[in-house]
Amino acid sequence: MLKLIVAVVARDLHLAMRRRADIVSALFFFIIVVSLFPLGVGPEPALLRQLAPGVLWVAALLATMLSLPRLFADDYRDGTLEQLALAPQPLGLIVLGKVIAHWLVSGLPLALLAPVLGLQFDLSRDALWVLTGSLLLGTPALSGIGAIGAALTLGVRGGGVLLSLLVLPLYIPVLIFGAGAVDATVTGLGAQAHLSLLAALTLCGVFFAPWPTAAALRIALE
Amino acid sequence: MLEATGLECVRGERRLFAGVGFRLHAGELLSLQGSNGSGKTSLLRMLCGLSPAAAGEIRWRGETIAKLGEDYRRELCYLGHHNAIKDELSPLENLLASARLADEALDEGCALDALERLGLAGREDLACRYLSQGQKRRVALSRLCHERRALWVLDEPYVALDAAAIELVAGLIGAHLQRGGLAVLTTHQPVEISTAAACVRELRLG
Repeated sequence: MLKLIVAVVARDLHLAMRRRADIVSALFFFIIVVSLFPLGVGPEPALLRQLAPGVLWVAALLATMLSLPRLFADDYRDGTLEQLALAPQPLGLIVLGKVIAHWLVSGLPLALLAPVLGLQFDLSRDALWVLTGSLLLGTPALSGIGAIGAALTLGVRGGGVLLSLLVLPLYIPVLIFGAGAVDATVTGLGAQAHLSLLAALTLCGVFFAPWPTAAALRIALE
Repeated sequence: MLEATGLECVRGERRLFAGVGFRLHAGELLSLQGSNGSGKTSLLRMLCGLSPAAAGEIRWRGETIAKLGEDYRRELCYLGHHNAIKDELSPLENLLASARLADEALDEGCALDALERLGLAGREDLACRYLSQGQKRRVALSRLCHERRALWVLDEPYVALDAAAIELVAGLIGAHLQRGGLAVLTTHQPVEISTAAACVRELRLG
């Protein structure tokens, strides 16, 4: 079981390394969107500190959305998905592997980059730590929930826009607790409650999302 | 071993076929004939369990395939219209990755040997996007060299191949039947599969 998940993750990472442009473009999108705000709003430190959690988290959601349509689309187009669906293991496990690989190439770099971008918003050191932690904890949920949407819109014309409409509302709880954690640190309240809830969302998202995703993929393949 | 009764396929408003049935024993080949759009691929996908039949049932060793699930898929090798190979990976990487995902033990030596038999020697490490259509098909078919699963379902295996490669693939299928395997395939080309003991059945759709 673990062997299969490792094999799927290794394959997807291998493929992602062969097309690095996709990863880099999502990261640059994140950098640019976040950097536009201090330029647009003006250099008022108090205002920027207040805006920072929301802006960084919304940008992270949008950057994740960019890479989601391709999560299954390539495998669907070249017939690999059929082979995966016919593999003698549960399709849900294969999806779990793909979700983990997606997080490693999209969520993880965002989280690691966030503290650098947070400096533009005059965030304190504590707030930067919490920002990184909240992104590390929360982005796996984005990959998991996003996989359901990606599977449901597979093969649909104009699926990208539909995918955003489906998935972004489901990201709201993650956004609230993720941005809330940073906010709570900035205002001096503890971030622990928010982070715990975020971890709970991620656990649910990552471990329950693969099964409806697998069901949606089987429907897409019919 | 493989038994289908009363299969019906409906695509949109149109009924492609109804009442299709056959029985296939070890060492037998079923060749599906029919014009374009007569439902050959749909029938193959039903046999794999990828799409449900509108009516009828498919049994493998006496059990319906829906009930067998993973046990059935463990004995099934499907090769579809699409080659299921990644353009970014080399033929060797493709072959090894697909074996690993299908939970099959395939070492690098066997994989290289398979690629060599399919005439891809010297191209194992070239990314597949530089290969021609026929060569890509050869990469996909190289799986069959070491494939020991009992039921092969092949959708137009000879498409894009040259005469020598067609003969080679026919030989692989013949050897599979000789080992007591089963095969279902569609083709528009009359290809002689050399089988000593086995028999070839034909089913015409449409």
